Amino acid sequence: MLRLERRPQPSRAWVWAAPLLAVVLTMLAGGVLFAALGKDPVAAIRLIFWDPLFSQQFAAFSRPQLLVKAAPLILIAIGLAIGFRAGIWNIGAEGQYIIGALCAAAVAMAFFPSGPTDVRFLGLEFTMDSAPSRWWLFPLMVAAGAAGGFAWAMIPAILKTRFNTNEILVSLLLVYVAEKLLAAAAVGWLRSPEGAGFPGSRNLSRFPEAANLELIPNTGMHWGVVAAIIAVIFGYILLHRHMLGFHVQLAGQAPRAARFAGVAPARLVIFCLGLSGLMAGLAGMFEVAGPARMISIDFNVGYGFVAIIVAFLGRLHPVGILLAGFLMALTYIGGELAQFTLGLPSAAIQVFQGMLLFFLLALDMLSNYRIRLTSREVTP
Amino acid sequence: MNRRQLLAGTALALSLSTGLGGVALADDPLRVGFVYIGPVGDQGWTFIHDQARQEAEAHFEGRIETSFVESVPYGADAERVMTQMALSGTDMIFATTFGYGPDVNAVAARFPGVAFEHATGYLQEEPNVSLYNARFYEGRAVIGHIAGRMTESNTIGYIASFPIPEVVMGINSAFLHARAANPDVQFRVVWVYSWFDPAQEAAAAEALIEQGADVIMQHTDSTGAIRIAQERDVLAFGQAADMSAAAPDVHLTAIINQWAPYYIERIQARLDGEWEARNTWYGIGEGMVGMAPLHERIPEDVRAEAEQMIADIAAGDYHPFTGPINRQDGTPWLAEGEVAADGDLLGMGFYVEGMTGEIPN
Repeated sequence: MLRLERRPQPSRAWVWAAPLLAVVLTMLAGGVLFAALGKDPVAAIRLIFWDPLFSQQFAAFSRPQLLVKAAPLILIAIGLAIGFRAGIWNIGAEGQYIIGALCAAAVAMAFFPSGPTDVRFLGLEFTMDSAPSRWWLFPLMVAAGAAGGFAWAMIPAILKTRFNTNEILVSLLLVYVAEKLLAAAAVGWLRSPEGAGFPGSRNLSRFPEAANLELIPNTGMHWGVVAAIIAVIFGYILLHRHMLGFHVQLAGQAPRAARFAGVAPARLVIFCLGLSGLMAGLAGMFEVAGPARMISIDFNVGYGFVAIIVAFLGRLHPVGILLAGFLMALTYIGGELAQFTLGLPSAAIQVFQGMLLFFLLALDMLSNYRIRLTSREVTP
Repeated sequence: MNRRQLLAGTALALSLSTGLGGVALADDPLRVGFVYIGPVGDQGWTFIHDQARQEAEAHFEGRIETSFVESVPYGADAERVMTQMALSGTDMIFATTFGYGPDVNAVAARFPGVAFEHATGYLQEEPNVSLYNARFYEGRAVIGHIAGRMTESNTIGYIASFPIPEVVMGINSAFLHARAANPDVQFRVVWVYSWFDPAQEAAAAEALIEQGADVIMQHTDSTGAIRIAQERDVLAFGQAADMSAAAPDVHLTAIINQWAPYYIERIQARLDGEWEARNTWYGIGEGMVGMAPLHERIPEDVRAEAEQMIADIAAGDYHPFTGPINRQDGTPWLAEGEVAADGDLLGMGFYVEGMTGEIPN
């Protein structure tokens, strides 16, 4: 008879072993799945985990792509993790990501050179003899992206602190509102005048002062990657070296004790939602100015939701999130390779990604409980 | 796929990057990749592209090898998928939705030896990017006529995706022909801001039926709406594929996208080393737009009229946008006997006279 026994303290060994074991188990179970679909399981696993990193053919391209794919996930997940630790559940990062991108794109479009040197802004037209360097435009876009994400997250925050609404529901439903705003922007007020009536904004990569280009060619390193790295460091300091981080964790684990320690719940809600919204907005800004190039109807591809998985996969710990972000990016990029070289359906790749979280959560139990063999049934 | 094939693919890619004429390794099959916006099981847009892929593969009997990636969003993801395809030695890439435009051109610039075919787009910035699209408005004219003749409530419901020229053109074409068949017809348009959202399309169909529509048309890809039509016994038309399996009693016909002949033609050109970029807009006449079998509920005379219209369009004797046609605000657009220019249609941003409501902005 198997019995679960709570550990007095979480096992440190299991906390670190569980993610590794989860990856191994995912490979095994995934291999069985791929074999059942009639594909060579070893080749599939190799394509997903090995080839994007080390294949001579692909790696030179796919290694930088890992950075591109992982950066927004990490940036958003760090913000979410801080809230999750405090028991404040922002499920709407996808919406904040969209609004951040929209605000940043709107700023860029306002200054998009309509002629060689004409600038139109707020109905005023400036003609410049020679276009001066607008070095301030990119920082302004960063600020607009952050402000947009922050403002969108303030809606659930204020509704929660004022009217005690549920932030899970409000933030999630606001994703759909943001998607409608995105569609309206893509077919309406941000639509490119050169797009022959097709939806989608102008191409920001044609506007060097507003574009989030690669900092070093062919490395995938753009400002969003830099921001993600800063976010990891910032998140670590905040959570583990700062009083505010202690309050966040206290509020999550012992709300009553937190109140006695002088933590104002309303301010914490505003802080956590605002910070995660701000970071999601930044991710949207770097994406629209960089890899995505433009606002389109389907600009958002689910980073805000996948980041929730990344946050938990990384144990709500900044370093864990960094690793989890790369792992998730690897399964995306390797999954695409497996799709077109082996003909695996994309649903099988999604099941594979789901398994990863499933095994991790299942194994998580082992850090808090130990399994005991007992000789006979225990009757209470 | 084993390692040897991968290496052979690399060699092929290298030999091809010197120029399009370099299809020298005649023994190796031509590698053709497809990038899809939706899942191959959507029963609509992507499904029918994938059917065409399979048809092409069967047609060439081992002389080509196809692969695909499904559910690829626009932007960075599409660009990465196409780059990886090109890196793995794919010779020809079909990118099957308009949103891939900037991505196709970006990858095409880096891989001048790969032939790109981009569906329903407009961006052609590189010499190795071809565009292809179908004159769906021809099919919409036919279903508009059938709808106008068969409606009893004189209210036709239209589920539209996005307010873009392609969709506006379809509404206008269907409306003009419904009106010509029945001067009392009114269109009610619901914009769902999605190409594929079964639940929302179903909700839109419910709403339109509540507002009195007894015929439903759709410019979205799922069978969500037509299933509701079947339940409520309201007439409907399929989109992209024959959807009669989802609604056997009410599916009057469907506008079918027939990509296979085009795919076969273009792959053949690539095999022969004669591929070059083009801008194709084929209709019923060239076989890119087809109509599903007409349902037995369509009365004999209406059936005959519809078949005549299909034949006339195919023969080039009739253009669905032939004047006199005024814009919604009453200003003239096409004079008596004048036929719309392709450029006007591809950029269409207005309703024709008689349509109620506004195109959202």
